[in-house]
Amino acid sequence: MHELAITQSMLDLVLEQAGKVEAKEVRKIDLVIGEMSGFVAECVQFYFDLLSKGTIAEGATLSCTMIPTRARCRSCGKLFELKQFDWTCPYCQGNSLEITSGKELFVESIEVE
Amino acid sequence: MEIKVLKDILDANKQIAARNRQWLDSEGVLAVNLMSSPGAGKTSLILATIKQLKGKIKIGVIEGDVSSSLDAETVGKEGVPVVQINTGGECHLDANMVSNALSNMPLPDVELLFIENVGNLICPASFALGEHKKVLISSLPEGDDKPFKYPLMFDIADVVVINKIDLLPYLKFDTDAFSRAIKGINKKVKIFPISCATGQGVQEWTSWLLNQMSRR
Repeated sequence: MHELAITQSMLDLVLEQAGKVEAKEVRKIDLVIGEMSGFVAECVQFYFDLLSKGTIAEGATLSCTMIPTRARCRSCGKLFELKQFDWTCPYCQGNSLEITSGKELFVESIEVE
Repeated sequence: MEIKVLKDILDANKQIAARNRQWLDSEGVLAVNLMSSPGAGKTSLILATIKQLKGKIKIGVIEGDVSSSLDAETVGKEGVPVVQINTGGECHLDANMVSNALSNMPLPDVELLFIENVGNLICPASFALGEHKKVLISSLPEGDDKPFKYPLMFDIADVVVINKIDLLPYLKFDTDAFSRAIKGINKKVKIFPISCATGQGVQEWTSWLLNQMSRR
């Protein structure tokens, strides 16, 4: 459900940026979404189609780059992808980890006419 | 033409949250965002805290629910100011809803403000409200695997309250493993095992709250 609120915020942000250059049409929106943000790309598309009707972003292509959750082990210092959330370092089995990526949620760029 | 944006999608919410924070600071209010799954004990923790701190500090409560004013009525009986937010379907509170609620809260009469979020372990983690502390309540019947299933929520919490600790003899819940798992990704987190039903551990929690308030 929170994809609705977030998609609305994203659309507002895109329209604001497009408005600054007096664009007539938004063709493409590049999003960066961290896996840990709990944000589902399919839902974004669904709500985007609904919310963007009648705006200059209607029909724009959404491109989502998903960022996997990565962590650094505080014991051995190695970086790795957290594939299963058991929060254990695959190298030394340490379980004190620092999440280094996966929380992203931003608009990288837009393509306008 | 391509335009580089590189802006957080929740930027607008963050800006309103920052304004809420300034507003609360100017009124000398400590705001605590209470988050948990439904039924973990957010309202019970508020009631247990009011019981302990009544007469010592002035407490106010913002109640967030998808619908109904049941919790607001329960808390209102304690004689503290309560403002209800009905999100009308939204699964979390956002900074704008809280800003509106703050307008209806008699802030000069409040020193500690609880913001009871909508019961949900996912969405509330993404929306800053302007709070000073994020408190997550996780209760024993939910199971000790929750940190692995909802990592973001456990990662952003300043405090984890383990509620319903009185049920320990009846449930398979490894409190030590649970606490270790949380501290593994969130080094700074404070953990309070409590029972709102028996009052066990509530004193440690309220002492922490008073300590936070005296630091301001």
